[in-house]
Amino acid sequence: MLRVLALAAVVLLGIAPEPSQAISIYTGWERHALVGSDIRLSCSFFSWRFVSDDVSFTWIYRPDGSRETVSIAHYAGGEAYTDNKGRFKDRVEFVGNPKRRDGSILIKNLDFSDNGTFTCDAKNPPDIVGRPSSVRLLVFENLPIQAGVITGAIIGVVLGLLVLIVVIYYLMRFLVARRVFSLSVSKHGKKKKEGSQQRQLWTPPPLTCYPLP
Amino acid sequence: MNVFFPDYCFFFMPPSRSVSKMLLILLGVLVFHLVVLILLIVSTASSTWTVDATGHTDLWYNCHSDPNGYKCLQASSEDWIQAVQALMILSVVFCFTSLIAFLYQLFRLVKGGHFYFTSIFQILASVFVMCGAIIYTVMRPDSDKDYGYAYVLAWVAFPLSLISGLCYLILRKKD
Repeated sequence: MLRVLALAAVVLLGIAPEPSQAISIYTGWERHALVGSDIRLSCSFFSWRFVSDDVSFTWIYRPDGSRETVSIAHYAGGEAYTDNKGRFKDRVEFVGNPKRRDGSILIKNLDFSDNGTFTCDAKNPPDIVGRPSSVRLLVFENLPIQAGVITGAIIGVVLGLLVLIVVIYYLMRFLVARRVFSLSVSKHGKKKKEGSQQRQLWTPPPLTCYPLP
Repeated sequence: MNVFFPDYCFFFMPPSRSVSKMLLILLGVLVFHLVVLILLIVSTASSTWTVDATGHTDLWYNCHSDPNGYKCLQASSEDWIQAVQALMILSVVFCFTSLIAFLYQLFRLVKGGHFYFTSIFQILASVFVMCGAIIYTVMRPDSDKDYGYAYVLAWVAFPLSLISGLCYLILRKKD
């Protein structure tokens, strides 16, 4: 009996919730943009605690094909610091609202050399254990049409037209029938009798009986 | 001896020429429709509209075999390929709907009525296949590569479905 109790206690302690929770950071997966345009990279986090005054956001950039990373934006202690030396000089602006768990940045005047991975790391003391999330930026000259958009549009329009035509057809038939009914009752009565005679269901074939030889 | 159901009675129509001929025509038309549907499905689903020495492309995947292995990428998402995809899918949908409509009208149509619903859908399906095949023929960039079997099936399915649709137009429900 005591052993069973001990075992139960161990099991219960094993599945008890931990006192400290991790912070979850969310950014997009991939962003497409045109050359020369601006883009807003969003970053938000989920934490079980309220937003503390020491909340911090850090944005790190890694160009395509390179393994080196460089920080381009940082928010800490109520102040936002952006790149004033590197390739994003005067092009990055912190537009997030940290009190609302939003640490987004705005990058202006994009160029092909801005292709790369942007990583957002957010910390909400004492919740500092979290995995930074990355968003990939792709800069195009012309934005390509996504696969399946036109296909779905054509199929949707045609099927929608079909449904519309069928609905209109049955509606017209219904309205015409109503008008006939309202004009002359006797004529409609005769028509109704003839119509019910025609609509016979399939009758089974007659039972054939042949005498045995 | 069973009075209600004697031994020598059986549920069978007296064999007459018109009934068996009617059944034969019905069966033939149904099989023809099924063949057209299968052709359309194979042509739409198999990604073999263009073939070359190493692989096949369009409508959905571009697959090539290198010395390294066999690689498949998604087909280009240009607008004309998407239009061909949409038209082929629509033709399959309309052919299938016309089959369902045929089976429905077989049992519910009044005597002497025409299979209008069925024939309209089948003819629409053939029009869609034709449009899709034409768009693909005109807009194809590689003029030196050969056409694959899916492309040929699409062109074969177009007149067959047209004939099938016209058949339904002249077919009349006798009993």
